[in-house]
Amino acid sequence: MNYANLFKIAFKALSNNKFRTFLTMLGIIIGVASVITMLAIGQGSKRSIEQQISEMGSNMIMINPGGDRQGGVRMDPSAMQTLKLEDYEAIVSRATKIAAISPSVSKSGQFINGNNNTPSQMQGVGLGYLTIRQLQVESGDMFSEQDIASSAKVCIIGKTVVDNLFPDGSDPVGKVVRFNSIPFRIVGVLKSKGYNSMGQDQDNVVLAPYTTVMKRILAVTYLQQIVCSAVTEDETQNAIKEITEILRENHKLRDGDDDNFTIRSQQELSSMMSSTSEMMTVLLACIAGISLVVGGIGIMNIMYVSVTERTREIGLRMSVGARGRDILSQFLIETIIISITGGIIGVLLGVIATLLVNIIASWPVYIQPWSVLLSFGVCTITGVFFGWYPARKASSLNPIDAIRYE
Amino acid sequence: MAAVISLQDIKRDFIVGSETVHALRGVSFDIQEGEFVTIMGTSGSGKSTLLNVLGCLDSPSSGTYLLDGNSVREMSKDQRAVLRNRKIGFVFQNYNLLAKTTAVENVELPLMYNSSVSAKERRERAVNALQTVGLGNRLEHKSNQMSGGQMQRVAIARALVNNPAVLLADEATGNLDTRTSFEILVLFQRLHAEGRTIIFVTHNPEIARYSTRNIFLRDGRITEDTINHNVEDAAAALASLPPEE
Repeated sequence: MNYANLFKIAFKALSNNKFRTFLTMLGIIIGVASVITMLAIGQGSKRSIEQQISEMGSNMIMINPGGDRQGGVRMDPSAMQTLKLEDYEAIVSRATKIAAISPSVSKSGQFINGNNNTPSQMQGVGLGYLTIRQLQVESGDMFSEQDIASSAKVCIIGKTVVDNLFPDGSDPVGKVVRFNSIPFRIVGVLKSKGYNSMGQDQDNVVLAPYTTVMKRILAVTYLQQIVCSAVTEDETQNAIKEITEILRENHKLRDGDDDNFTIRSQQELSSMMSSTSEMMTVLLACIAGISLVVGGIGIMNIMYVSVTERTREIGLRMSVGARGRDILSQFLIETIIISITGGIIGVLLGVIATLLVNIIASWPVYIQPWSVLLSFGVCTITGVFFGWYPARKASSLNPIDAIRYE
Repeated sequence: MAAVISLQDIKRDFIVGSETVHALRGVSFDIQEGEFVTIMGTSGSGKSTLLNVLGCLDSPSSGTYLLDGNSVREMSKDQRAVLRNRKIGFVFQNYNLLAKTTAVENVELPLMYNSSVSAKERRERAVNALQTVGLGNRLEHKSNQMSGGQMQRVAIARALVNNPAVLLADEATGNLDTRTSFEILVLFQRLHAEGRTIIFVTHNPEIARYSTRNIFLRDGRITEDTINHNVEDAAAALASLPPEE
């Protein structure tokens, strides 16, 4: 038997009963479309979370002083004085897996410009901070190495601070603002980054040389934090290991002593958050998968009824010379045509629905090519799987009974 | 003349529950090429079973059946399907045309299951067969746009299209009114005159008058097998019918 003929026969049988064919397809169409849409929503939210985290600095490593006890009282880590400038210098000179590094000290307070004032944080940082936090200078310049060396009273400020201190819209670069009655000259303005996924305003920031903040504002010799970024995200764990070794050596800790500092990386945060959205994707995929199976059962249902309804036709085909396997192939080809056509329509509908979700609900979406291939493949397989039983039944009919079936 | 069909002591038993029903209890006859045979019998006489055996839809329990030289009893289901496709043309009482399908596509059907026939040849042969039965002007009519007589003509064309060794008609006039029945009989007589071998299974003894040989079945046995020396002309009978109102 030639398959071109069988294909023609199957196609003819389907087009003779367009409404039934459409109904059969409907399950598959909805199944495929929902798989694609739901996976696109899941993937979209996952990617948007990942992107937000990487904007915060994807391979960032934060070194904080560890909590410890002083005279039996457990102390807040930020009050600890275990992290020193020497530690920073040791990491700078010895670590190999670090792309950028900066000490960090900060003090909250009121910034004043004439009769405008705003609460913010004065952060004392090094030059590497911009790279680590992925900040960019919009106008003016970052303070210089020279400013750090001389503990210069200069700062670079974020957009929110600019808006609050200079509501008239004048250029802040070169102006002087006061913090704790100390005048600071503004040397630059940072490009706006907006809010992060935690709801923090990333533009409410004032950066000054760490030396200035340590000496002129806090009058301390220790650091509150050291931030650095690993060469690549994959190297983050190695970089943490390296820093741990340097710091333990520097702090003269013996084997068995606890670390008196803590190292955290964004990777943990990012993997935690993406595992949440991963779970959501799996959940959505499950729902979509169920609708695909229901679609498959729909095919089986209608094909099964169709076999009964077409018993006479099957009997006639057999009496004019169709073998069992010709009938089997015909019905299988019918279900394959139904599921593939339904699959194609479902893919189109799914893409349209995804775009609508994006436009109307403005949710982040991302259609992954594999989700299209997957749902398409699965719908073809369900079609054949669920079409097999009715086709088998049709092919095993006895022509004598079938031809006289009323 | 060669025997197209040769039956030798054909028996067919069915097991119904714990009982064995002997539908055919040893039937033997030969049918030569070009004969027009009616097989008659009341219901329960075994004529349907005989038709199924003759049409290779069923396999006899014992005996030998040679169809155009092929021994059917040893064949598998698939082999019998192919044999039906090449050697037999069925005409059924209720036409059994495919719904919503044009006349020519209905006639093409047996050739669809014969991969040695090209699409072009299939179409040509279907058109020729329809012209033979007088429906050359209704090629593209769908089955639901035709009268009973026309549908039966399409069915006959479908039976002819594979150029079968034997034409098997099962109560082919059973659903038709008298006038249309005669028209179909005229067609069968014409096909017979052209050299076709025809077997007409019926319970209507009137048909016997228009065939060349009559076989009567009763309780699974042949009770009578006579040559009809006085074949009546169906066309004359049709002409003598009272005119339609």
